[in-house]
Amino acid sequence: MKIHEYQAKEILAKYGVPVPRGGVASTPAEAKKIAAELGGVVVIKAQVYAGGRGKGGGIKTAQSPDEAEKLASQIIGMRLVTHQTAPEGVMVDKVLVEDEGAIARELYLGIVIDSGKGLPVIMASEAGGMDIEEVAAKTPEKILKEYIDPMIGFQPFLGRRLAFGLNLEAEQIREAAQLIGNLYRLFQERDCSLVEINPLVVTSDGGLLALDAKLNLDDNALFRHRDYAELRDPTQEDELELEASKHNISYIKLDGDVGCMVNGAGLAMATMDIIKLMGAEPANFLDVGGGASEEMVTNAFILLLSDPKVKAALVNIFGGILRCDIVARGMIEASKQKEIKVPIVVRMRGTNVEEGMRLFAESGLPIILANDLKDAAEKVVVARGGAG
Amino acid sequence: MSILVDENTKLLVQGITGSEGSFHTKRCMAYGTRVVAGVTPGKGGTSFDGVPVFNEVERAVKDTGANASMIFVPPAFAADAILEAADAGIALVVCITDGIPTLDMVTVLGYLKGKSTSLIGPNCPGVISPGKCKVGLMPGDIHMPGSVGVVSRSGTLTYEAVAQLTEQEIGQSTCIGVGGDPLIGTTFVDVLKLFEKDAETRLVVLIGEIGGTAEQEAAEFIKGMTKPVVAFVSGSTAPPGRRMGHAGAIITGSSGTAVEKIEALRSAGATIASSPAEIGLVARKVFRT
Repeated sequence: MKIHEYQAKEILAKYGVPVPRGGVASTPAEAKKIAAELGGVVVIKAQVYAGGRGKGGGIKTAQSPDEAEKLASQIIGMRLVTHQTAPEGVMVDKVLVEDEGAIARELYLGIVIDSGKGLPVIMASEAGGMDIEEVAAKTPEKILKEYIDPMIGFQPFLGRRLAFGLNLEAEQIREAAQLIGNLYRLFQERDCSLVEINPLVVTSDGGLLALDAKLNLDDNALFRHRDYAELRDPTQEDELELEASKHNISYIKLDGDVGCMVNGAGLAMATMDIIKLMGAEPANFLDVGGGASEEMVTNAFILLLSDPKVKAALVNIFGGILRCDIVARGMIEASKQKEIKVPIVVRMRGTNVEEGMRLFAESGLPIILANDLKDAAEKVVVARGGAG
Repeated sequence: MSILVDENTKLLVQGITGSEGSFHTKRCMAYGTRVVAGVTPGKGGTSFDGVPVFNEVERAVKDTGANASMIFVPPAFAADAILEAADAGIALVVCITDGIPTLDMVTVLGYLKGKSTSLIGPNCPGVISPGKCKVGLMPGDIHMPGSVGVVSRSGTLTYEAVAQLTEQEIGQSTCIGVGGDPLIGTTFVDVLKLFEKDAETRLVVLIGEIGGTAEQEAAEFIKGMTKPVVAFVSGSTAPPGRRMGHAGAIITGSSGTAVEKIEALRSAGATIASSPAEIGLVARKVFRT
């Protein structure tokens, strides 16, 4: 789960990580008010989940409260397009108005889980303010890494080693080491999958400040952090994806026009791949899950049919735990709630497949049956009007 | 022979009385798996379908000699269940549970280092040695005993591949789903090592997906293998930065893409099935040569 920069900074501040003075605004007038309170030069930052905001015109500097108001009015309500967003961009609802601050040096600090080693790793670099993946690819020696042994947890010497490695001034070492320790405590206590401060700046008076912050939370750990529900911003999520998550269905909207509904994530990806191999593009990823109920199938199928781009759909079910008759019942129920306007190709095998087929035959739904994966993909591509 | 599970496996089920646990325990028993014990804290002394239920894993192991465990407990308690099984010295732990917090798994993997317990999963379909023993969710009837080892990160896609093999009349020695999470116990490389040593296994089918670097690590090992490997990687059409169902299936950086993984496997000598519909066909071609 992603959260906004301003929310991440609120959490950082609670853990003793210094962040710039500022406030969040939903209207230009609010932005002006915050700018006036801060005094001096302020930075207006679009609050969206995507990175690359600066290049997309989502970050601007204002010399006065009036200019802050004017710039905020340009940013709030815009569709911000960056290299991380869909081509149509994302809607900006809020801006963060912050003190500009005087920057002497820009550093990088981040914590993630290294899945290869199975350990959390703290990364620090003097090459702050840049795309860290690019730094890692081109100049890996510029990234310092310290792995955390779960048996001893974070220890102060790790923080000191990183702080010295960043070539900080003697008087900054203690503060930096402590900041790193605090950040790790946050990562662990708040069940993060990523904490990133880029840049972490050394100010001209020698202090440290988290100028930008990114915090991703482990979806699997949401059950022990009930307060995270309040952090969720539905305006930043795709409507259909939001609907899917309400029903516990894994759905991701894509650019193509062949809808698909599959049980299991691996098979769902493979189904998307074969649609592409046959010369069409998948409209979505949709995993109804291993133990889906009839109601979940109904919801999933309605969701698939709700995408106006879909020209044809492929239902691929390998019934194991999920019975084929449940899938058929769920789809028939969906067809009563939402008219099926596109051709539907169904490939099912496994548990109770005969019963599923019988139900489809009885329902009179215009379903095209397929024998296997290849047959199904060929039929759905023909149904959408051929390849290309 | 086969790997990990066979007719000598004495299975314990943690969470045997829950709805999923009880359903799949029955199906494993029907397949012929020797289920010797169940564990549900608070239900010790009762029995499930003739299987004694214990409060604690340690006691269950002492009384029944269980040497493998299948875990069905909810995500919030699953890490504890794995640790309890490992503490009791169980050699093989298969954790089916999906949705365990990543930091819980950091602790689990840290504890398992240097221990004799092998963990499969979490978030996996389990392991089956056809005709001998089934520990997991997979439909037993699509399998056929034989000499192809199957290892995969997914569930239903593994069933798809196995069904294609069986249709080609190519039987399997053992089929393992290692799980779709970023942090798992037994890796592709661990399983490949076992297949390479297993006298019965003559060919390995590896099914990977986007995210992480497990396929690249597998490719490094495949370079030194004497047995042929057929591989398929799903997710060529997946966009970067989006989690495709599995927590581990997310492209971050170029190493996570299907293209990169396929290239690594191909240059290591694996034969690539470019379509998910042709895994069985490609395996047959390689198998017959």
